[in-house]
Amino acid sequence: MSTTSSPDLTKDTSGTPEIQVRGLHKSFGDNEVLRGIDLEVGSGEVVCVIGPSGSGKSTLLRCVNLLEEPTKGQVFVGGTEVTHPDVDIDAVRRRIGMVFQQFNLFPHLTVTENLTLPQRRVLGRDKEAASKVAAENLRRVGLSEKADAYPASLSGGQQQRVAIARALAMGPQVMLFDEPTSALDPELVGDVLAVMRMLADEGMTMMVVTHEMTFAREVADRVVFMDAGVIVEDGTPAQVIGNPTHERTRHFLSRLLDPAMADVEEDSAP
Amino acid sequence: MSGTDTKLQPRRSGLTRRQKRAVSRGVQYAVFVAALIALGVTADWEQLQNQFAQVDLAERMFPDIITLALKNTVLYTVSGFVFGLALGVVVALMRLSSVGPYRWLAGIYIEIFRGLPALLIFIFVGVAVPLAFPGTEIPGGTYGKVALALGLVAAAYMAETIRAGIQAVPKGQMEAARSLGFSHARAMVSIVIPQAFRIVIPPLTNELVLLFKDSSLVLFLGVTLEERELSKFGRDLASETANSTPILVAGLCYLLVTIPLGFVVRRLEAKAGEATK
Repeated sequence: MSTTSSPDLTKDTSGTPEIQVRGLHKSFGDNEVLRGIDLEVGSGEVVCVIGPSGSGKSTLLRCVNLLEEPTKGQVFVGGTEVTHPDVDIDAVRRRIGMVFQQFNLFPHLTVTENLTLPQRRVLGRDKEAASKVAAENLRRVGLSEKADAYPASLSGGQQQRVAIARALAMGPQVMLFDEPTSALDPELVGDVLAVMRMLADEGMTMMVVTHEMTFAREVADRVVFMDAGVIVEDGTPAQVIGNPTHERTRHFLSRLLDPAMADVEEDSAP
Repeated sequence: MSGTDTKLQPRRSGLTRRQKRAVSRGVQYAVFVAALIALGVTADWEQLQNQFAQVDLAERMFPDIITLALKNTVLYTVSGFVFGLALGVVVALMRLSSVGPYRWLAGIYIEIFRGLPALLIFIFVGVAVPLAFPGTEIPGGTYGKVALALGLVAAAYMAETIRAGIQAVPKGQMEAARSLGFSHARAMVSIVIPQAFRIVIPPLTNELVLLFKDSSLVLFLGVTLEERELSKFGRDLASETANSTPILVAGLCYLLVTIPLGFVVRRLEAKAGEATK
């Protein structure tokens, strides 16, 4: 808990929230994945979204930067309504960094080019300025020595750190993480989480869909538990993970924290 | 030894499987050789040699067949390929568009130009276009016409290849680019299409070989002496001399280019196969 011991000093949660979601619905055909989500993420706040697969947590995240078009409801980022039909979505996305489960680095570009191309094409930075920002962000994620490597030659954990650096190089106000460690071998998870922890400490506003309960407990300011397209519980990690009030949350956590035990319980039931 | 006895029992003919295979292969070779001999014996070699292997006549074709005819063949092919590639990319993108009419137009284009013989398209370009737009010249003269005709045919095939290549690029690439603030068009040009092209280089090279051969259809556009390519050059000389040797030499010139290109395609395919492992 040391990292979140003094949130009131470093984080300004009094002003308008960085992310605001109001009455959000999303359907894929007949399948209603989100069924009325209301959520706020304050400036500098770290919110972890947990829940069983198919609960809609990734869809919620993808609605924030409009990778998915919401069926109903509003999303505001930094005071701008991103769901407004007239909004310049490319301009909004420049302020929102996103990290994917599958890294999605550009395989035909080197690590440095992965970081510089978006800066040059989207922000119009010249080559020199972009390279400087790229080098600085590679240093932050501890991968300066891989600057000239191609993504395929990196481990999954290194690729994901490059992906984080690529998002950071755009200077985002908000970072979205969509299960950033789920595709990694267990021994590579730690390096990625360390980078995310560093960002949280620096006061980055973060929304993280994750199954890493230790990370959520130690780094998050708030934990949101979702199930079947609605938010079931929303509170501090101590409340939601440590002392859940809903049966669904308890069931999910018991299966996640000790899947073997949960199976045994079910199997041995008469 | 009783175990091996039962194993050996089905071998009624007294041959192992390997021996049987050797016998059957031997029979195949024998049939092949017999056919060759039969052809060699029955063919009129003197006639063939008179018609196709007049060395002095072949010598007369050089250096023009290289400096003029092969050069023109290459020029026609390359100009057709470049135009076809540009049009093919556009048609492929239309085919993938979210706008219905674009998709339908692209589909109709592909069906028509894939379904028609290239010969008819050459005649169409040579006859119908000047009729439809009297007074206007296709820029580049014969080269422009060939580029147009070959390109129209090639674009239909290449569009489908390029579309498949674009669809083979993982969806996450577009999503990552969009999440960084790229517009859809920018993401296509900077991120998706470069990766798609890596995938489609071998099939596009194959298309180049096909175009190289189809360039012989220039014949039907009516060309000046200076604009003749391999087939026309060979045929003209053949009718002039009443001898077919020039045809054979022209054919060898095609192989001079298509065989190395085929080799390149196989190398590229092997490399692409390795990369996806």
